[in-house]
Amino acid sequence: MTNPLTGYLLVAALLFAIGLAGALTRRNAILVLIGIELMLNAANLNLIAFWRYGPHPEMLTGMMFAIFSIAVAAAEAAVGLGLVISIYRHAKTTDVEQMNRMKG
Amino acid sequence: MGHPLYFGYEHPWREFDRFLRESAGKGRLAVGIVFYLISAVAVGGALAAVLLKNLVHCALALTVAFLGLALLFLQLDAQFAGFAQILVYVGAVAILVVFAILLTRGSDLPKEGVFSKSWVVGLAIAAAVFAVLGWVVLQAGPWLPNETAVPAVTVNQIGQALMGRYVLPLEIVAVLLTAALLGAVIVAMHEKEGTKQ
Repeated sequence: MTNPLTGYLLVAALLFAIGLAGALTRRNAILVLIGIELMLNAANLNLIAFWRYGPHPEMLTGMMFAIFSIAVAAAEAAVGLGLVISIYRHAKTTDVEQMNRMKG
Repeated sequence: MGHPLYFGYEHPWREFDRFLRESAGKGRLAVGIVFYLISAVAVGGALAAVLLKNLVHCALALTVAFLGLALLFLQLDAQFAGFAQILVYVGAVAILVVFAILLTRGSDLPKEGVFSKSWVVGLAIAAAVFAVLGWVVLQAGPWLPNETAVPAVTVNQIGQALMGRYVLPLEIVAVLLTAALLGAVIVAMHEKEGTKQ
């Protein structure tokens, strides 16, 4: 592993897998959202690592992509957690296995 | 020559940094011990966030993972992205998660366990995804770019780029954030409107 980029990409892959495992195996909807946030962060780490070790970092492409990704992820977290609170008020549960009705 | 306080070194931190970069250049320490330490913090925080039973502990572990990622960004010479990560994730998203946990009484442990019935399938899918990603990264090793020059990017340049080349995405993100905030408030307040009628 002489290239430092390989190390960063492996860490990002590991974080993505952990986030995916959390999103797929947990019952609580908030934990599912936490898993999605971890996956988005792993993607950001890839973007920043490629920006750092790729050619032409002065063009700022990867950095800008990561900054916009952070902003979109913040919007996603706000809406997702708002939905979880709304569903909890309605169905009195945050268990994704009990959320099996489209109509309240 | 050196300052007595700094064990004979002029700038101990700079010396350490240079030692790490030199050893990284020689391939002896591929990326330096700092990278391994920060990665351990980030991965450990992520694992704890996914595995812990108490949701409040999960939120705290998630904050540690976000902090580790911000340190990785700083290690990659992306100072602006690192501090944006701290502001947005450690500052805002972690607080949002804590609010959601407390508003939904998520800290009560469910009787049927915290993992779903089909957790084996989910774990298998995640392991398969990691195996494929890791295999591809290790295979692609020799073809990956490896620029050793540290990019000297100032906040001034980032601002110029945001206001010049990336002004349209910036405006769209502004509209998206406004819409998302209004939408989140309306969705979370829906029940209140129903009781009024």
